Parts: sequence; C-alpha cells; structure tokens
Amino acid sequence: MAFASKKKKGRSIADDELIVLDKVTKTYQTGAPALNGVSLSVKKGEFVFIVGDSGSGKSTLIKLLLRELVPTEGDIYVNGYNLSKLKHRQVPKYRRNLGVVFQDFRLLKDRNVYENVAFAQRIVQTPNRLIKRNVPAILSIVGLAGKYKAKPKQLSGGEQQRVALARALINKPPILLCDEPTGNLDPKNSWEIMKLLEQINKRGTTVLVVTHNREIVNEMQKRVVTMKKGVIVSDEEKGGYIDEN
Amino acid sequence: MRISSFFYTLRQGIRNIFRNAWFSLASIATIASCLLLFGIFYSVIANFQNIVKNAEAGVAVTVFFDEGLSDEEKQHIGDLIMDRKEVDKVNFVSADEAWESFKDEYLGEYSDGFTENPLEDSENYEIYMKDISLQSSLVTYLQTVPGVRQVNSSQQTADALSGANKLISYISIGIIGILLAVSVFLISNTVMIGISVRKEEIGIMKYIGATDFFVRAPFVVEGLIIGLIGAAIPLGLIYFIYVNAMEMILARFTEIGSILQFLPVEVVFSTLIPVALGIGAGIGFFGSFITVRKHLRV
Repeated sequence: MAFASKKKKGRSIADDELIVLDKVTKTYQTGAPALNGVSLSVKKGEFVFIVGDSGSGKSTLIKLLLRELVPTEGDIYVNGYNLSKLKHRQVPKYRRNLGVVFQDFRLLKDRNVYENVAFAQRIVQTPNRLIKRNVPAILSIVGLAGKYKAKPKQLSGGEQQRVALARALINKPPILLCDEPTGNLDPKNSWEIMKLLEQINKRGTTVLVVTHNREIVNEMQKRVVTMKKGVIVSDEEKGGYIDEN
Repeated sequence: MRISSFFYTLRQGIRNIFRNAWFSLASIATIASCLLLFGIFYSVIANFQNIVKNAEAGVAVTVFFDEGLSDEEKQHIGDLIMDRKEVDKVNFVSADEAWESFKDEYLGEYSDGFTENPLEDSENYEIYMKDISLQSSLVTYLQTVPGVRQVNSSQQTADALSGANKLISYISIGIIGILLAVSVFLISNTVMIGISVRKEEIGIMKYIGATDFFVRAPFVVEGLIIGLIGAAIPLGLIYFIYVNAMEMILARFTEIGSILQFLPVEVVFSTLIPVALGIGAGIGFFGSFITVRKHLRV
C-alpha cells in the first residue's frame, strides 16, 4: 500500500517505510507515560532488536503495534494502516499483516501442532486443500515435520516456539513481531530460533525482536533500538546491547 | 463464509462440548433442571386452565322475549347479540325445545299428564361467552334492548370462574418469572466459569487476526447444542411423567374422571416442545454470545 499517496496530518511516509511511530505517547490512567514522544521508522526487510530493561516501554510498544492499545498522542502507521484511526472491526484484518511470537508461545493447548498452525490459515478462510499443502511445508521449514500430531505439552520449549513461529509465518505476513522469543528457552534453542528468524528476514520479512538476551544481540550485529523510561535512548545500525549502568 | 469454514465452525462447536465435558454437563444439567420445573409447571397450569375453560363453556346467559314479539323482531335481537364481541355462540331455544329439555331433566315419566306446553312463553336465546368476566356488562346491555323481557344469569358462578382464571394467570406469571430469573442466574454463572477457562484461547485467536465472528461462532454453536440437549431431556422426562401420572390418576380416582378432563399429551406438547426448545436454544445462544463478547475486546 502506498503511504505517499495518502494525505496525512503527521509526517509524510516514504514508500520503503513499513512501520512508523510519529511522536507517540502512551499514558496509562495511573502513573507516568509508558512511552513519551517516541519516533521510530522501520524499513521493509529490516531486522531490528528492541532492547531495554523492565519499565522501559518495550511491552507497551508491542501492544501498540498489535493494536491492543491506542496511543494517547501521536500516530502509528503500519503497512498502510493508521492505527490511531483503526476501527474495532478493522483490527483483525490489520493483525493479519503481523506474524506474532510471544515468550510464552501462546499455543492452543487442546489442539495438535497441525491444528495450531492450520488455525492461522482458517481465520483467513484458506481453502482446506491449500491448508493441507501449506502446513506440512511450513512445519518442515521450522524442523517439526515429524511432530504434527503432537499436542503442545508433549513438546519442548524450543519446539513449542517453532510451532508458534510456523503459525506466525504461514500466512506470509510482511512483518514478524517477536516479544522475548527466547525468554523461556535454553541457549541452544535460543540460537536455533534466532537463526530461523534470520533466515526468515533474508527472505524479505521485516523482523522486530524485543529481547533481553545480551549475547544474541551482541553477536548478531543487527540494528538495535534501546529504550529507557519510555524514550529511545539509542538507535544503532549493527549495534550492541547497551548496559544500563 | 466459505462452506469449509462453516463445517469447521460446526466441528469446533461440537468438539468444544467434548473438550470441556464437565462444563458441558453442568450447563446441560442446569438448563434441563430449569426447563423440567418449567415444563411440569406449565403442564399443571394448562390442565387447570382447561378445567376452568370447560366449566366456563357450560355457563350461559338466557334471554327471554316480551309476549307477542314477531319472528323478525326476535331475529333482530339475535343479530344484536351476535354483534357483541364478547359473545362466542348464541343458540335459539324454541318453546317446544325448552319444554322437552325441562321434561327430560326434571319430570321424566311424570310429564305424561301435560297435554299443552306450559312453557309457551319460554322461547329464548342461550348465550355463551368468550370471556366470562364480561358477563355483567353484557347483561346490563341486554336489559336495555327493546323486546327483552328477562335476562337470567349466574353472576356468582361467573365471578368465581373469572376469579379462578385471574388467580391462575397471576400465579403462572409469578412462578414463570421466578423460574426464568433463577435459570438466567444459574446459567450465566455456569457460562462464566466455562468462558474464563477459555479466555486465553480467545485472546490467542484475536492476536492472530481472527474476527469476532470467527471466534464467537464455535461458542455459539456449542451454546445452541447444549441448550437444545438441555431442553430435549426434560421434554422426554415430562412426556413420560405426564402420560403415567394421567393414567394413574384416572385409574385410582375414577369418580373424579368426569370433572378432571386432562388435556391430551399431544395438546400440551404442541406448545411445550417449541417453547422449551426455544428457551433452551435462546439461553444457549445468548448465554454464549453475550459472555464471549466481554472477552473479544483484545
């Protein structure tokens, strides 16, 4: 979708900008602003780490991008949608632009691996014959082809996160949002997940990863946006994890 | 909606019932017990009303004419009576018919001594009411009609029957209201417990872009099926109880058989089946629809 063609009150959006936060403030009913005048631009095909300690505003940022929250001030543009003006009934369609991976996997516990991944296709009304083709294909990409019948509780943490990743990717979203994807994983599994994310990014998907994992951030040499107390304190190409102290 | 999505929704709704077997059983039991009480109460009330209605049907207002009234004038009075909206049926009873009926009822074989009709002036209209509570206003009207000599009616019987009818109506409304309130309370509690278990699941569906309709549809299917099963069980039970109770009462108390005319089971069920299934499906539908709505704002 072309932003440039649309007239907007805020700043103009370039064609290659996929996510734009323009002076975004989010204040909850109690307390200080969780985000305070944050501006950020992510281009198509980028891989961005968002880092920061607890209370830095990372979770609020993810919730805003998921359109679980709306900004108190400022605008957020994602793939042609102005999230501040999105109506409730438009939210599902918007969310289909995002693949989402959470720290706690958020799989449907009573359904097997196949059904968990197929579910994402069912909600966009993909015909059954295509689901039968697509699900095994994506499961083999994440290395779970042999476990399609297993229920989430029969899988390790790393395997569950791969199922979540397969579900996030099956509809080929332009953006992948990962909220602490390695938070519940051991180092080996963490690296495997990060390698998968890198591969996915190389195929053209824009990847945003919120993480605490210093080793991974430092090792991967990607763009790093560091947040502190609701503002962006640093934004570096091929950056590293900045120590709080 | 694609056909495959429709069947998927249906399948998920049915699977949900088995996945949450205890919750489903609790919901079915709650709806079934409420509708069982409702059904039993309805059957009893319907029979009471039938008894009162039968009694009402036998109560008539009788109108006698002035002497020497022509047939046309009598016909005119008949037309005026028929025009009244509270009147159900009007029978013309000729003097001969009145005498025959009197003889049969009171004299029997002793009537042989009469050569002439002593009730020569007793031809009349027998008026049967649609609603017996309007009898006194009809009587007042009839007394003003020219050519009417006398109006006979039993106001006491009419008042008693109309009072009984009102009492039954009030009791019905009261008890049905209480039953429905209790049902709604029990069912909303049961549904709330079931939904809180699945709150997380609804959240996940919403995060990955499911529409409210797509999330809600399987819950609504589940609610509908639970509601219909919850209605079918008490219907079966009430059928069994009704048929057996009717036979037992009529067999044991033969002397009251002429007063107690039970409604045939088909008549009671012709109303009870659609009402119970409607209430069951309605509770299931709205219960799940409204309760899921609370969790859709994710």
